[in-house]
Amino acid sequence: MAEAEENIPFHEMFHIEGGNFMSAGAISSRVKKILKEAGFPGNIIRRTSIAAFEAEMNVICYANQGDLSLFITPSFLKVVVKDEGVGIPDVNLAMSEGYSTANEKIRELGFGAGMGLSNIKKNTDEMILTSKLGQGTHLEFIVYLDERVKE
Amino acid sequence: MTVFDIVKSFALETRAGKDHLDEEVTGGYASDLLSDVIAHGRKGNLWITIQTHPNIVAVATMKELAGIILTGGREPDPGTLQKAEEEGIPILVSPVFTFELVGRLYQKGISGLSPC
Repeated sequence: MAEAEENIPFHEMFHIEGGNFMSAGAISSRVKKILKEAGFPGNIIRRTSIAAFEAEMNVICYANQGDLSLFITPSFLKVVVKDEGVGIPDVNLAMSEGYSTANEKIRELGFGAGMGLSNIKKNTDEMILTSKLGQGTHLEFIVYLDERVKE
Repeated sequence: MTVFDIVKSFALETRAGKDHLDEEVTGGYASDLLSDVIAHGRKGNLWITIQTHPNIVAVATMKELAGIILTGGREPDPGTLQKAEEEGIPILVSPVFTFELVGRLYQKGISGLSPC
């Protein structure tokens, strides 16, 4: 299994532009399409693309720019999102549901509910979030493919 | 009950996704916060909201919702319509406000998640 995990047969990176609300969801939609075409089970696709959507929205809402990378391995899906931006002063506080630093514009669009990071945690098997204030944020999450259905 | 049945029963106007009204409705969720819908919406739900921008289609697609009802006479943004057509998500509009519309839907047997 360890051998399989080192082998990454698929990797794609997408650029995310901070503040561009009109194309919001475009990257996670592409992630969803890739996973669909690869034939993963519905719940794996749903969980991964929901987490990717929330991560994408965080970059759009709070960062100048970022990249989302999707890795597909035989045993898990991994998404890495790195951004350049203000960063998160207190990661633990940011993880608590309902806490948000969103401004009025973001809230008017229906974002900034303070649920994004907890939605990512709920939908993934592993999640790591680190941030450097004034520099940016690094998020990684993994969804295991235990229930993968071979087509 | 399908989306089409609800369109007829509540005199909703279909703004997008006319060819996708045959899906069975599993329940409803009313919220204007996108992450809240992501957390609590269920596959096949109708989503009742006043948000009109294209991101609502992204959320509905992600959650495999049956459709979106915009209340209070709100109209979808042009970008929302285009995205909804591409993704096959019905966008329905009603002049009725959210609370009243949800009440009427509930009377017709469309219910929501109840934690208790």
